[in-house]
Amino acid sequence: MNFDPNAFLIITTGSMIAISCGLLGVFLMLRKMAMTGDAISHAVLPGIVIAFLVSGSRHGLTMVIGAGLVGILATVFIEYLSNKVKLQSDASIGITFTSLFAIGIIMITFLANEIDLDQDCVLYGEIAYVPIDLWITGAGKIMGPRVTYLSLINMALVIGFITLFFKELKISTFDKEFAATIGLNTVLVNYGLMGMVSYTTVSSFEAVGAILVVALMVVPPATAYLWTKNLYKLIRLTVLLGIIISFLGYYLAYFLNSSIAGAMASVAGVFFFTTVVLQRKQIPRIKKKLSTMKLND
Amino acid sequence: MEEFIYFFSFQDPNVLMVVTGIVLLSISAAMVGTFTFLDKKALVGDAISHAVLPGVCLAFMISGNKNPYWIVSGAFVTGALSTYTITWVANYTKLKEDTVIASVLSIFFGVGIVMMTQLQQTGNASLSGLDHFIFGNAISIVGQDLWVYGFLALAIIIVILVFYKEFQLMVFNRSFAESVGLPVKRLEFLFNSLMVLAVVTGIQAIGVVLMAALLITPAAAAKFWTNRLSLMLLIAVIFSVVSGIVGAYISFVLPHMPTGPWVVIVLSLIAFLSFFFSTKKGILTKWISKRNYQRKIHRDHILKALFSANEQGHEGLSSSEVYANFPGKSFRTQYAINKLGKEGYIYEKQLVISLTKKGIKEAGRIVRLHRLWELYMTEYMNIAPDHVHDSAEKLEHIITPELERQLDKNLNFPQEDPHQSIIPRDKDKS
Repeated sequence: MNFDPNAFLIITTGSMIAISCGLLGVFLMLRKMAMTGDAISHAVLPGIVIAFLVSGSRHGLTMVIGAGLVGILATVFIEYLSNKVKLQSDASIGITFTSLFAIGIIMITFLANEIDLDQDCVLYGEIAYVPIDLWITGAGKIMGPRVTYLSLINMALVIGFITLFFKELKISTFDKEFAATIGLNTVLVNYGLMGMVSYTTVSSFEAVGAILVVALMVVPPATAYLWTKNLYKLIRLTVLLGIIISFLGYYLAYFLNSSIAGAMASVAGVFFFTTVVLQRKQIPRIKKKLSTMKLND
Repeated sequence: MEEFIYFFSFQDPNVLMVVTGIVLLSISAAMVGTFTFLDKKALVGDAISHAVLPGVCLAFMISGNKNPYWIVSGAFVTGALSTYTITWVANYTKLKEDTVIASVLSIFFGVGIVMMTQLQQTGNASLSGLDHFIFGNAISIVGQDLWVYGFLALAIIIVILVFYKEFQLMVFNRSFAESVGLPVKRLEFLFNSLMVLAVVTGIQAIGVVLMAALLITPAAAAKFWTNRLSLMLLIAVIFSVVSGIVGAYISFVLPHMPTGPWVVIVLSLIAFLSFFFSTKKGILTKWISKRNYQRKIHRDHILKALFSANEQGHEGLSSSEVYANFPGKSFRTQYAINKLGKEGYIYEKQLVISLTKKGIKEAGRIVRLHRLWELYMTEYMNIAPDHVHDSAEKLEHIITPELERQLDKNLNFPQEDPHQSIIPRDKDKS
């Protein structure tokens, strides 16, 4: 097979998105907030529409700020409903994201004639357009695909956030009370993480769509978690899985001539279910081994 | 207005059909949703509604058109598959349930999208309505669909009513249901099937992403009005039907507007109103009763201050002294003084506030409760006299007359409290 620069670009962009999502996903999963990530990725929709109205463009800082704010607002809302209103947490999540998503869709429908933003692109995204969606400077110079830059920046920010606050994230994830007693600002860490999740959702929704952001956020960490308990190994394995998933996903989509993002999620699913089946078969075997070992001693 | 009358007079058979359809599916979703909400499985519905997509695509692939029988069957198969996958993975791995739900949801949806892009390439013209499955539009439902969806919704409602007692036991006390010999596993299977069916019937009208709201929100709102299951079901159904009709009306009046989002907006509005204004657990209700309690405490404290001034031989306290007793609360103090004055407990003469006869009686009651409780603490709980004040400070506001009598009797009608202060007696009574 010849080297295909488009394929390379798409796979690289896909990998970077998968890495950003997966890194955040590890912490979401460990904090039992997997569904909060799902909720945020739906709830940012009104923020995206408002930002779009304000700036008139689908890219840029306004979009990030708009979605980031709404994402954090959604988190505050969920916390408020479950802590102050005393609603059970799954219902808080469900009510928050469905109402915000409904508001977003209504806004899009009302403004359908004025803005070039349709529902499909928010839900699915199309990473196949990456090579043709170029960043052209004011002077008319072509700098390369825009989304690739976006995901590179996003990945850098996510890695920066996690390295910078690794200790805080780790402690507050595994022992919230302890983190609070030694004076860590767990609330700030939480909102920081949610802000990063919102930002990642926005910067990736054009490429992979809202629901597939969730696939990349939850499935690789979940798969990796079945193989290891060590946090460092978990992170490394998640990153590795993200890259493999983008690579295989691209070629699956190429072969089937279908949505790349969907194919990436399907490949992630294959890894996930294979792991579950293998674990199921292995656990009794390991137990058996352990019991025979004890007998021999 | 004309449109309003046209819509609600149901003279248009299409309108009548759409409204009947949405009412039936609102009822079935709210009923199923109430049980899933109580079972803390609200988000499983979200997973099912996403997992329906590959089934719908599969049905298209096989039948080649939008035949509702095929679509319902396809959607049911993958929807059911997703619930069993969730249970299976959650039972056999160390993954938490929310991670499993999110994973299954996004994987199924991803597979669905792959299939959908495959379908779109075939260029089949009858596929044009496929996006209604994602965003939902009740107005797009036509005759044949309605019969299928309406029949299914009706079936769900009937089955739930028939198995009401069994489901109730299953949700509230699973182990008890097992011990009295109910086939819990089979009931659960039945209930899961109903849940999948409810999602499947609602998808075309409400849409994939928003279907979760139709299951969760009515039940969550109803929970704020009652604790009884039967009443909760009824309230959830009413909320859901009202939002369904309003949503259908809005999408009828505003062309191109999908029904689902409006149904969800109305539902959420009802839910938030319930959270704030419900007479039982609403935020506002709780806030008001908390504020009233704080006002009562403040009132009690002012009366006590005046009472102790009386005990020390003063006629009353100057108003500046009263205010100085509660630094930083002058606004509240002023309110309380005004109110006490109106109620005839105190009177003000030449800037000196004194207790009226009625006020002395009331203040004496509070002080008596305080001192009785202090005495009780030292006598019966062996707590040192210098440690009992704080507890008495809290209890003096809430001890009922019955408790007071009991305390008095148990302490043998004492004269003095542990600090040798005289316990004020109400001369009218004794």
